[in-house]
Amino acid sequence: MSVQPDVRAMGAITAATARPALPGETGMVEKPRARWLPFSPWHFVLMPIAIIMLVPLLWVVMTSLETLAQTQHFPPILWPGSFQWSNYPRAWSSVPFDTWFINTIIVTTTVVVSNLLFCSLAAYGFARIRFFGKSVAYFFLLATLMIPVQVVIIPTFLIVKQMHLIDTLGALIVPNLANVFGIFLLTQFFRTLPIELEEAARIDGASRLKVLFRIVLPLSLPALATLAVIQFLWTWNDFLWPLVTIYKESAFTLQLGLMSFQGSHVNDTNLLMAGNVMSMLPMLILFIAAQRYFVRGIATQGLKG
Amino acid sequence: MTDVVFDHVTKVYPGPALAVDDLSLEVGDGEFLILVGPSGCGKTTALRMVAGLEKISEGEIAVGGDVINDVPPKDRDIAMVFQNYALYPHMTVEKNLGFALRQRKTPKVELEQRVHSMGELLGLEELMKRRPGQLSGGQRQRVAMGRALVREPKVFLLDEPLSNLDAKLRVQMRAELKRLHQRLEITTIYVTHDQVEAMTLGDRIAVMSAGRLQQLGAPQDVYDNPSNVFVAGFIGSPPMNLLQGVVRDGHVEAGDLTFARAGLDGGDVVVGIRPEGLRPVGEADPGPGLAVQVDVVEPLGDEVLVHGSVAARDAGVKIEPEEATLLVQTSDRAAMTVRLDPDARPAEGSTLHLHVDPKTIHLFDAATGAAL
Repeated sequence: MSVQPDVRAMGAITAATARPALPGETGMVEKPRARWLPFSPWHFVLMPIAIIMLVPLLWVVMTSLETLAQTQHFPPILWPGSFQWSNYPRAWSSVPFDTWFINTIIVTTTVVVSNLLFCSLAAYGFARIRFFGKSVAYFFLLATLMIPVQVVIIPTFLIVKQMHLIDTLGALIVPNLANVFGIFLLTQFFRTLPIELEEAARIDGASRLKVLFRIVLPLSLPALATLAVIQFLWTWNDFLWPLVTIYKESAFTLQLGLMSFQGSHVNDTNLLMAGNVMSMLPMLILFIAAQRYFVRGIATQGLKG
Repeated sequence: MTDVVFDHVTKVYPGPALAVDDLSLEVGDGEFLILVGPSGCGKTTALRMVAGLEKISEGEIAVGGDVINDVPPKDRDIAMVFQNYALYPHMTVEKNLGFALRQRKTPKVELEQRVHSMGELLGLEELMKRRPGQLSGGQRQRVAMGRALVREPKVFLLDEPLSNLDAKLRVQMRAELKRLHQRLEITTIYVTHDQVEAMTLGDRIAVMSAGRLQQLGAPQDVYDNPSNVFVAGFIGSPPMNLLQGVVRDGHVEAGDLTFARAGLDGGDVVVGIRPEGLRPVGEADPGPGLAVQVDVVEPLGDEVLVHGSVAARDAGVKIEPEEATLLVQTSDRAAMTVRLDPDARPAEGSTLHLHVDPKTIHLFDAATGAAL
């Protein structure tokens, strides 16, 4: 006897378990989903994962509302009972929090804006302009993405030092004015735009730069928003590079400043966490505001990247 | 005076692929010229070279007497309508129409006035504040045309502008386009692969194939006197019937069909008969005849198209140029399409006896494809 599986039987199983047709599909075997739950059964898998992801965040928020004694208790207290809201003003006033906040905003805003500008210019060149050695240049540029930050940190430090930028905000801004990831992201996106739009604009009398600013960039909002959010997160959260280049307190960024709550002589975990929560808020607000574009941008990346 | 002159223009793409091969052609001031041919024949490339979107490999293109080979597109003062319209999706109709004028720093009052009157001319007044995504196909088409015409360009280029419209709208826009040209009298080059557009719109048509200009002339002239097998098979819908034949003693033989034609040397020929060149026997003067085995009958209301086959001679000759594969011929039968009056509708499966007026028969050299 043959041991091959019964193909017809398999066919029957496939038909019976066929997924419901998506909108727009002309599914012959459309079966309404059994409504024994008000939500998809997948939520039983997704909800525990979501909770696991949220626990550290919750822990941070709770710790920021505990007394110092409670933070040192073991096992950790996840529900302090009484909330020490005063930790927040204390964290703000015990260190030059406002200066650091302003420093971080200056650095992050400059870096995000310059990345949007310079990466767009470079990406447009790679996406649309024909020039000698283009693919080789693009290849080497992308290859630099493979090099870890730790490898280039010393050479970069030496260059920044020669520019006399150590211990200034310039040390945090100048090396980050443009980055390869942004060029890559935008190049791939620009390539997906219909070229006829740019040709039409050129015939209509627009120069290359005008084509970029009037036609290409307005159509690339999802990619630009994605890049802005990613760049914002990177710059806002960067710790290693400021740690290497900034020594004086007045030029600290938030991430660097938060370190002063936890040193060899102090260990104010509750204040550290309060500072952390405060430093997280701008990112949270930005993410929620740009979420619509951001998610769309990621989707585009998935399809065309 | 804005004429467009192609002087031995050649375009080679890296590969290398020859897209346009030594094209020489003159488009007169205010003329409406149609570039027609099958896809990949180089007609769009020729158009894009005029617009400045493709570099010219060899030869020169002159607009109004000035060679424009090295003039960037923005300085050529040429407008183009793209096949997919290429309307700027993030701008309103008004902004789309005014884009070119804004690039030229047109004063605001004049810009608004010209955009407004172009909107009026094309019936777009109600749609000025909408974006392209909110328009129907026909409306987008009109905006694309308006955007090109609003700055009164020296030359107007259209790349298959009607191919994305449904049949009814296409007929309507065709007439509108012709009216617009009569009114504005701008030198126009129009690329299409559509028979009807080619025949109806242009002052002259240029038939292209494999990068080469095959024939240039008034539409009716090209239809009546195709210069080679390719043009004969391409122009006309349904196309000309082509049969393999042979010349013997001053007579042409092709299957059942035999007729006298003086002044020909012996040898293989291609016999071309238009579908309307055949009449049922007994209706008019006797002439050479054909027996058509009827396969399919298509009643179109005002006429009947009969698709069938006739006895054919297998000359064993491969007809050049290569594109003349329109010649559908098995060993002893050849396809034949006949256009008849609706009252002469034959039954499917029957045999139809038809007469041909020898004067309407076209003959082509089987080796070169050239008309004899």
